[in-house]
Amino acid sequence: MSSTDANFDPALHKHGDTHGHGSRRSYLIGFALSSVLTAIPFWLVMSDVLGDPGATSIAVIVFAVLQIVVHTICFLHVNTQAEGGWTLVAYVFTGVILLITILGSLWIMYHLNTNMMPGMMTGQASTTP
Amino acid sequence: MATIVESDTAPQDSTFYLVEQDDHDHADASPTALGFWIYLMSDALIFAALFATFGVLSTSYAGGPVPRELFDLPLVALNTAILLVSSITYGFAMLAMEEGAVRRTQAWLLVTGLLGASFVGVELYEFSELIAEGATPQRSGFLSGFFTLVGTHGLHVTVGIIWILVMVVQLGQRGLVLENKRRLLCLSMFWHFLDVVWIGVFTFVYLLGMLR
Repeated sequence: MSSTDANFDPALHKHGDTHGHGSRRSYLIGFALSSVLTAIPFWLVMSDVLGDPGATSIAVIVFAVLQIVVHTICFLHVNTQAEGGWTLVAYVFTGVILLITILGSLWIMYHLNTNMMPGMMTGQASTTP
Repeated sequence: MATIVESDTAPQDSTFYLVEQDDHDHADASPTALGFWIYLMSDALIFAALFATFGVLSTSYAGGPVPRELFDLPLVALNTAILLVSSITYGFAMLAMEEGAVRRTQAWLLVTGLLGASFVGVELYEFSELIAEGATPQRSGFLSGFFTLVGTHGLHVTVGIIWILVMVVQLGQRGLVLENKRRLLCLSMFWHFLDVVWIGVFTFVYLLGMLR
């Protein structure tokens, strides 16, 4: 641990705490935040607090995204320092591919269902030859 | 000329790389961690495909049961809590590893493994209830997508439990050697990654399913 120390901020390496591991504090903060971010969406759906499925859906998705971010930072310890930033780059890239795959599939299949197969919508066989 | 130049530079090169290797004595500096991370990211793409499939088929009930009739949210909440607690108990195992406490690391790993086993147990109970009600994977596109997505996640957790047990044995045999620390770091990423995937499952499959 001599020459590469110049690449890292020594303040991040107190009590042998390095990238890839978290401190007790980061685990406890992550756990507390995750518990809240899990409890709220379950409560919203089980008690039907908002009374509107559309608004509840959006709220639930927002809480899921927030919790994924909390897990990534507090449990997976992805940050700009770890592995010279490569874990973060790979993570962001995967996130983009993930969104393209899921949203793209839903979008295309929705349009196939509504525009290409009229028989599917009415429940009757298509009349087009 | 060429040979002189080579003999001049070769020792410098080897010294340069030796210095690098000396610095990489910590488990984190091994390329394994980054390589394993890349594996996890490709695993995430498998789940992306399964989530996309489930999303497309999520309303293809074929006249069969709908999520509102099938899902038992309190049971899903219990499973979510179990997996979340197992994430922090694995964190405690990593902290014990940092402090060099072998027995405490093994104890937290066993707690994590037991929580993982209860998660899989609850999930298998849920699956058996569904199948008993006639909601089998063959019943509709929605149920095929559901069993494939949730089952793949459950299979990952099962593999994680086996890996945890292997690590408990390896720690007993060799203690906290560099290799074991590296393996525990990879297993830590694997376990927390599965919890992240579960966030997607309980949100998009169960909670949004109940709202449809």
